Amino acid sequence: MKLYISEGNPHCLKVVAAVELTLVQCDVQCVNHEERVVPFLSRPALPALLLPSGGHLFSSNAICQYLFETSGRKPNPLINQWLEWETTELQPALLQALHMAVLQGKATEASKILQGPLSYLDQCLSKGTTPCLTEESVSVVDVVLWGALHPFLSDSSPALGEWRCVQAWFERLAGEEACQAAVLKVLPGKGLEVLKPFVQRQPAPASSQRRDPQSCNSTASEAEDAVRVVSEEEMEAAALTWSRGLTACTEPPEKSHPILPQEGRRNLLLTSALPYVNNVPHLGNIIGCVLSADVFARYGRLRGWNVLYVCGTDEYGTATENKAREEGLTPQQICDKYHAVHAEIYSWFQVDFDFFGRTTTPKQTEIAQDIFWRLHERGFLLEDTVEQLRCEGCRRFLADRFVEGGCPHCSYPEARGDQCDKCGKLINAVELKNPLCKVCSKTPIIQSSKHLFLDLPKLESQLEQWLDKSTAAGDWTPNAKQITRSWLRDGLKPRCITRDLKWGTPVPHPDFKDKVFYVWFDAPIGYLSITANYTDQWEKWWKNPEQVELYNFMAKDNVPFHSVVFPSSLLGAQDNYTLVNHLVATEYLNYEDTKFSKSRGVGVFGDMAKDTGVPSDVWRFYLLYVRPEGQDSAFSWADMALKNNSELLNNLGNFINRAGMFVTKFFEGCVPAMELLAEDKTLLAQVGWELRQYISLMDKVKIRDGLKHILNISRHGNQYIQINEPWKKIKGGDQDRQRAGTVTGVSVNIACLLSVLLQPYIPTTSRTIREQLNAPAACVSTMLHAGGSFVCSLPAGHAIGTVSPLFQKLEADHIEALKKKFGGQQPEDEPPVKKAQKVAPDAAVAAAPVAVNDGAVVSGADPERAKQLMQAVAEQGDKVRVLKGQKAEKAAITLEVNKLLDLKKQLALAEGKSAEPTAPQKGKKK
Amino acid sequence: MALKELSSLEKFLGLKKHNKYSTQGDNKVPVLQSNNGPMVGLLTVCSHLVNEAKRPELLGTSTEHRAMVHQWLEYRVTKVDGCTREEAKTVLKDLNLYLQDKVYLAGNCFTLADALMYYGLHPLVVDLAVHEKEHYVNVTRWFDHLQHYPRLRHHLCPVVVLRNRVYISGHH
Repeated sequence: MKLYISEGNPHCLKVVAAVELTLVQCDVQCVNHEERVVPFLSRPALPALLLPSGGHLFSSNAICQYLFETSGRKPNPLINQWLEWETTELQPALLQALHMAVLQGKATEASKILQGPLSYLDQCLSKGTTPCLTEESVSVVDVVLWGALHPFLSDSSPALGEWRCVQAWFERLAGEEACQAAVLKVLPGKGLEVLKPFVQRQPAPASSQRRDPQSCNSTASEAEDAVRVVSEEEMEAAALTWSRGLTACTEPPEKSHPILPQEGRRNLLLTSALPYVNNVPHLGNIIGCVLSADVFARYGRLRGWNVLYVCGTDEYGTATENKAREEGLTPQQICDKYHAVHAEIYSWFQVDFDFFGRTTTPKQTEIAQDIFWRLHERGFLLEDTVEQLRCEGCRRFLADRFVEGGCPHCSYPEARGDQCDKCGKLINAVELKNPLCKVCSKTPIIQSSKHLFLDLPKLESQLEQWLDKSTAAGDWTPNAKQITRSWLRDGLKPRCITRDLKWGTPVPHPDFKDKVFYVWFDAPIGYLSITANYTDQWEKWWKNPEQVELYNFMAKDNVPFHSVVFPSSLLGAQDNYTLVNHLVATEYLNYEDTKFSKSRGVGVFGDMAKDTGVPSDVWRFYLLYVRPEGQDSAFSWADMALKNNSELLNNLGNFINRAGMFVTKFFEGCVPAMELLAEDKTLLAQVGWELRQYISLMDKVKIRDGLKHILNISRHGNQYIQINEPWKKIKGGDQDRQRAGTVTGVSVNIACLLSVLLQPYIPTTSRTIREQLNAPAACVSTMLHAGGSFVCSLPAGHAIGTVSPLFQKLEADHIEALKKKFGGQQPEDEPPVKKAQKVAPDAAVAAAPVAVNDGAVVSGADPERAKQLMQAVAEQGDKVRVLKGQKAEKAAITLEVNKLLDLKKQLALAEGKSAEPTAPQKGKKK
Repeated sequence: MALKELSSLEKFLGLKKHNKYSTQGDNKVPVLQSNNGPMVGLLTVCSHLVNEAKRPELLGTSTEHRAMVHQWLEYRVTKVDGCTREEAKTVLKDLNLYLQDKVYLAGNCFTLADALMYYGLHPLVVDLAVHEKEHYVNVTRWFDHLQHYPRLRHHLCPVVVLRNRVYISGHH
């Protein structure tokens, strides 16, 4: 028998130790790292054992087990479980940690990665009755784990930290002669340096998770997900907490308006980005701002904080003017109409604003003009002339997207005012050759016009000082910090704050009297004016940074305006404004792997959600479940049905319903007496731990991660019921019946806890559960107080109400129909012009594509999208060619070709052309 | 995925009682609650099922044989599961070479390693184009043998590996 090892390869440590320990006769040969010993493996694999039969073992654990078994030790299932844990849980963490420690010199971070596995190991050791892992003497498991951990634990590294049991165990192993001999042979020299040549040859570890795109950014380390073994102390502590029951805590007072900051409480002011009035918001908009803020506002109220949540519609600007012209209404009428649409959508989604206002109010004018004058007086505004195109026919200056002409770079005749669709270069509208007004097709003239600029460079250092403090102390999402940093790094330039428009807040300066404020200056002031419309005492919120914490919720595209531009205005105005403390930005939500697109009818828009027949709570649940926290995510119908059926129905709903039904059926609707056994206490400890995780995540606005812990609780609960089978025990003797009672009582109390935790996410269901359980009001404040405590809130004898199922299955055909309906395949038979005309707020019509081929309106073209599509077309084209090259099945080719044609059509639309030309082109080629 | 696999294995082993499994963690590690506490991990649970069914020979009949089975089971969960496209190529290439002169993965008889490797490779093999199947001919031969192994296939679709002029896609 021959064993091949290489120096500095940590996997060789355990096998050499195993050889020494088992005294199996075996020739050990040291070879180079790159030596290919196993003939059929393309990557070198060491250690390797050449067996007497001529076969090869190339797994270090298999080798160790072979050696131990050869020396007469019996295999057992426990050994298998440990070895599996070592390869699937510990090794990936070790590889990652080695990479960090050896190649990047980040020893502390490396030891953090190991905390999870080490804590698991520690708990197992502390629970066990033998000094070694599986028996009295050293077994293969001890050798394998010792060898794996040796590089990190040998010189009492920080990784060992507080894991006392691991430390004792490790020291015992390290004292074995066999282990010492193995170290001398395999890892001569000190520290991790000796491992460097080995680690460099390993493929970089894919960071923790593999393949699953949905579960990427959870900061809770994987180890926390792994088996959490509960210690005696934890169990007793949990049982003690449980026995305390509800404190006579007073229910947080009913909301009484106006809500104002209060001395001695946490005062939170929440805003979500103001939705633009004449777009119907899509699901991405909804999850990005209003829904996220709503969950946090509800959570804050449950925690007993003093929360004010305001939002409203952003109503000024060119687009509104234009829409008004289109519909033959005044801009104000348009705003009134669409403001109502927005309000209705959010109310259907149960977004509980304290006030939902709008920006077209006298307060807006008053406050915006005040801030303007203060900036002006303090010398933070600059004057400059800007050349602009003006259409004499329409008697107005033309916004960039209302002018078309020859591209100055490539002469493409239909370039737009800001960018050329052909060459993609940015254009200054006045440089266009033969510019034409897109509304009346007349030639505009160049006219210079004076404008005011906010002097951002002058405010920069003040802004940076404030940002350093705010980002360090508050909960800014990583993307918010990063976007802000990149803006500052590029240096700030003066920004124009005025526009030649009518529909806006008028500039009060006499030299600029025909102008209005640019929307980016004006819109964020909406937060202040909306609050002012809510209460005259708005300054108690907005000029009170000492007492108030401000949270801004938005999607990431809005970050610079909230972190750089708006704070600069407020800092320059020097009026002790409340500036943002916590900036919470989401990434983007895609729709079935493409973008939401109003113009192509792709995606679900707020007003259609209610017509799907899917309840508002389910929408909320799913959107929050896939909330783009940390990275983009996608809405998918199939996934929504899956999550509804698996998580809501089978996990959560099933557990709560079963717990309630047992009380009703077996105990006449009254919670039975509970005698806690060790097993129950373990469960209480597990649930308590999940609850504390939930609270610590939610305090940091990790909304999606918080939801995971709720679902974990009901998973624990289901497992608990499944193992204890109260429905069987109830038919047994006295002892069994009592057991059934305890299990039922504990379960129904967990259901009560769940109703509280769910309230921010799915408020209607939460209320229903509490009604069904007849839950006392005080349970909220008790359980969510401070770090969270899981107490018995439904004591023995408590009478519950009528229990009924909470969720319904989403059937595949229903979902399939919805997917088709919102998939964006435009009905060919409907004339496009007609579609453009009926852009109305009602559901069916809003789904229709808007104004793609109608020359008068430009909103159909979308250069960003076009670029993506161009890429997609190229890729799909390649795919088809490959398939044809492979002579693949005809149906398969046709399928891919159809996809390609569809993409081409979409591209044409995104480029603002009619979809037809692709076909004749193809004809010409042939 | 792992759960379907477990239920197929139960059927293969002819176990009358069907266990309920849960999963833990983002990698959906299967867990079986037993009287001796939870059993965690696909291999652990599968080995347990084999013992339940009183078929210890499926885990190997000698020390060497058991080590071989262990090694290929480990290979399945560490190298095959969750592998990228590139890694999949290496896996197929290596197995193809290994199976050149073998009928089964470990020794001369069917073992648990064959069953789990078949379940694990199925998604890779389904995606292979016909010429790739021809390229990995030993894997394909072994795979076809396994999918026709009595009562093994269950939750998976049969993959057509026939080498004739009529090209048929693997998806059904």
